[in-house]
Amino acid sequence: MIAQFGIVWDHRDLLIDGFLTTLWLSALSAVASIALGTVLAMALMSRRPLVARASGVLVDAMRCVPFLLFAYIVYYGLPSLGLRFSNWSSGLFALILYNTAYMAELVRGAWRGLPGEMIEAGHAFGFHGLGLVRRIILPPVIFAAIPMIGNQLIQIIKDSAFLTIIAVEELTHAATVIQATYFLPFASFITALLLYWVLCLCVEQLVRLVGARAELRR
Amino acid sequence: MSVPPTSAPPVNIPPVLEVRGLTKSFGDHVVLDGIDLEVARGETVCILGPSGSGKSTLLRCLNWLETPDSGTVVLSRERLGMLPGGNIRMGDTALARMRTRIGFVFQHFALWPHLTAIQNVMVAPLHVQRRPRDEVRAEAEALLRKVGLADRADYFPARLSGGQKQRVGIARALAMKPELLLFDEPTSALDPELVGEVLVVMRELARDGMTMVVVTHEMAFAREVASRVMLIDRGRVVETGAPEAFFDNPRTERARQFLMRYAGAAPPPQVASLG
Repeated sequence: MIAQFGIVWDHRDLLIDGFLTTLWLSALSAVASIALGTVLAMALMSRRPLVARASGVLVDAMRCVPFLLFAYIVYYGLPSLGLRFSNWSSGLFALILYNTAYMAELVRGAWRGLPGEMIEAGHAFGFHGLGLVRRIILPPVIFAAIPMIGNQLIQIIKDSAFLTIIAVEELTHAATVIQATYFLPFASFITALLLYWVLCLCVEQLVRLVGARAELRR
Repeated sequence: MSVPPTSAPPVNIPPVLEVRGLTKSFGDHVVLDGIDLEVARGETVCILGPSGSGKSTLLRCLNWLETPDSGTVVLSRERLGMLPGGNIRMGDTALARMRTRIGFVFQHFALWPHLTAIQNVMVAPLHVQRRPRDEVRAEAEALLRKVGLADRADYFPARLSGGQKQRVGIARALAMKPELLLFDEPTSALDPELVGEVLVVMRELARDGMTMVVVTHEMAFAREVASRVMLIDRGRVVETGAPEAFFDNPRTERARQFLMRYAGAAPPPQVASLG
């Protein structure tokens, strides 16, 4: 058993590369999906019924697709439309689009829970339109949504493992390569799992730190 | 019941606020039933009335936080909420610009929780009025000093007491340099021992010649500070006049009843009201 982990250790470069790819993919899609999700949430909360309806349909449709299938569709489907991406970009693209829908839904939930009086005070002081959203509404909404956004970040990290099926060389992919070459399913997968675990713990810690600051501002 | 409309104070300069025939219903419930009100520069008008009498709704109609069903609101000769003459609603930008000329102090403070006390005071002058930051900051510091909160400038609202929050709320409204200041029951969400510190600030503003409309249950404050009091019941003006006359010699039976119930005694318990 120890010997098996020894072999895994010998191929640590592969795992480290995979880990960094997972980290990088997750970080980029986290930032992008939070930003895009916030914009989409603005559309969901739009006073124009058509905009709100259309974006609602989009979000619901996206949330009901299994991510595995979605990644396949992005990878195999887009080239048939004449769009060609590398495996890595396809994977990133799929992660971003998929999680944008979730982030939008989270932000909308927090937005709905905002005390009406605060927004009213914004109106009373002459804020309107985008300025109202940016200065008055979004900051407390994002602060309120932080714990849920934290959960979704962990979801992103876990979803990124699916990208192995479109041959993105992330952590799960690296573990699969090692186990397939040396037939060490237990040692290689346990190692990968521990690395995911460490990553998620770090995210949780980060969210807790940011959350404590946010608590003061609510 | 009804009494001749508000006796206008000496004219020449136009009144800061001129309200004519304001009505508002929520479904079948008539909340405002033809209110007239005129406020001259430097006046403090206290609006009294039992809970649910429509006084808060009236105040909220004055800056269009609530859209009246009919009637006009005119701020220094400029019609608010509707385009001049017609019955077309003002655009958001034009309405927002007019609202910056009216300060509003909320019953439950409605401070923005993500901003510190001084940021609450500065954000609208900076980003709505687009005044220079240095000037805005200096004024915000002076205003916080004026309301006795210079040492709380960098506190978030969550760390302030109710009375402190409301004083920040007043400083925030003053920072816009408004022509008119509206107070919606500014002390009724406060613990009794914190009411005084807010009233002190308001009394000083009245003395400085700020034009104010104050919806309140604080009879002693109204009596002492108001240039004029106005009693509203069921969406109508019951009686209006100088505070001494109103409190000592009410002309209507309804005003007498109201004063028996509310004046002298402790403020009435706060009931969630439509108004």
